[in-house]
Amino acid sequence: MAKTTTTDIWISGTEAPEPADWMVAGTDEGAQEMVRHETEERDREQRGSRVMDDWVVDDTIDDDERMIVNMGPQHPSTHGVLRLNIELEGEIVRRVKPIIGYLHTGMEKTAETLTFLQGGTNVTRMDYLAPLHNELCYSLAVEKLLGVEIPPRAQAIRVLLTELNRVSSHLVATATNGMDIGALSMMMYGFRERELILEFFEKTTGLRMNHNFIRPGGVAADLPDGWREDVDQIIVRITAALGDYEDLLKENPIWKGRTRGVGIITAEECLAYGITGPTLRATGMDWDLRKTQPYSGIEAYDFEVVTGSRGDVYDRYRVRIGEITQSLRIVEQVMHSMPKGDYKTGDRKVSPPPRQRINESMEALIHHFKIYTEGFQVPVGETYQAIEGPRGELGCYLVSDGSGTPQRMHTRAPSFSNLAALPIMMADSLVADTVACIASLDPVMGDVDR
Amino acid sequence: MPEHSADPAPSGDQLLDSILQSVPSAETVRSLGDEVVRVSASDLIGLVEEARNGGFEMCVDITVADYLGIRTDHRFEVVINLLSLQHNRRLRLLVPVGEDDPEVPSLVGIYPGANLMEREAYDMFGIRFAGHPDLTRILMPDDWVGHPLRRDFEVGSVPVQFKASPQVS
Repeated sequence: MAKTTTTDIWISGTEAPEPADWMVAGTDEGAQEMVRHETEERDREQRGSRVMDDWVVDDTIDDDERMIVNMGPQHPSTHGVLRLNIELEGEIVRRVKPIIGYLHTGMEKTAETLTFLQGGTNVTRMDYLAPLHNELCYSLAVEKLLGVEIPPRAQAIRVLLTELNRVSSHLVATATNGMDIGALSMMMYGFRERELILEFFEKTTGLRMNHNFIRPGGVAADLPDGWREDVDQIIVRITAALGDYEDLLKENPIWKGRTRGVGIITAEECLAYGITGPTLRATGMDWDLRKTQPYSGIEAYDFEVVTGSRGDVYDRYRVRIGEITQSLRIVEQVMHSMPKGDYKTGDRKVSPPPRQRINESMEALIHHFKIYTEGFQVPVGETYQAIEGPRGELGCYLVSDGSGTPQRMHTRAPSFSNLAALPIMMADSLVADTVACIASLDPVMGDVDR
Repeated sequence: MPEHSADPAPSGDQLLDSILQSVPSAETVRSLGDEVVRVSASDLIGLVEEARNGGFEMCVDITVADYLGIRTDHRFEVVINLLSLQHNRRLRLLVPVGEDDPEVPSLVGIYPGANLMEREAYDMFGIRFAGHPDLTRILMPDDWVGHPLRRDFEVGSVPVQFKASPQVS
């Protein structure tokens, strides 16, 4: 190992002086022994910055230029507690390794102790920006195992709520994307409009987030009185606000300069790494599960799949804005075509008897009590159900052993798989583009770590 | 860019047959409308390569299910969800793994995206993925003992340490 020495005074620019003899010879044996074992690798290990994977150290890079920086886990631009091990060469990012697990709360383990009806409260907390999508995915998987039919009104309510949820999630994504790059007004705007949707959710489900509203068998309650006016207001005001966003960002030279050609990922890379959602569509692939593998009757509504072409941060932002418009289109169609009928299945194995029956009949009361304490039994089987979440394919792998609780509940979290895109996007880019890449991926750490 | 059709692929069994041709030991089942193939760990790589060449471009998900006390022949089942965008269909591979030597070959060489998913499966279930470049814990701390999603890993088995009592009970 080359040992650098210092002298008392050395003026920069002049010839470096010879190392003094005492510096090499003067140290005693023990210290030298220590130094000999103090390899770069071990040093990095002790500092906690050693990255252990398949990478072979390229000897041509000058060691003085290479530096490993930990970004996060408390960095405000990492959208939660994501740590990035970034290897820098000067100002250029050579290698990135996302380190996760800071928000791991063992939700998949918890799901094994909850009944199928209680499971909704668990999954809704995973992706906290799209709780209704999580509930829908889980409910669809349970219903697939149960084999129950969902009434049309319940399906329409589900589509209405999840599409509104997609709008609110994309608004946050756009807002935080703006904030991370320095467009602070965008952040204010995005959160302002999101509040409209959250107020509607509060009115409908009782909670702004973590609703547990979409449940196996239907939804928890019917839509509140005056919901059409509320949804109409949401559509009008968000459509108007989208105009503001376009004025603010679409042709903004600073915004374009920071996002065009930044964080590029190709369609082939997306496929190989299992990256879905707006990131995949920004590369030009028109893959949207709502079109290709429709669920909950969404094929009845007319909408387009928004795609980009370059697969950079700007295209991902454009795709999200386009998807907000398309989701509002779906919401408007649902609003006008909302079918009448029941909001949950009439299958008495899954859903309790109506309130009126409980007042009259002892058996109905017992039935109600049993469903909410013991839960219902789900036939033996295993299934995988995927829906198009705001971040990509949200899947639920469910195994039932015939009892009232799942044998295994696994969530295929889109944010988790999409994290694999970060090393590709950020390789050989400037360190200043890091936050733009992370924000454009829109990871939700609750979804990543579960 | 591969194209996809809006409808599920017609008949489609041609595709599945051509994939399964090279792996005679694989067993095809249908589970609630999903196409499921049971394959042994030794034949996995051959089958996945065939599937990859047959049009299944994406490995969507890798996870494990623990059948402790339910199945006697093998305890774990590695679940691999493949997706074909051009044929618009899914394929689920189930790989039985015993408790004594839980090892399956890694798919990182075929689908690079399997990296994080296999690390999660290893972390949660202790299934070793042979050939994985960096098989370390991903969600749990590095010094964690055990694999928490196994059915015999009890909830609440982590000792709680309070400020007043430095000794862990």
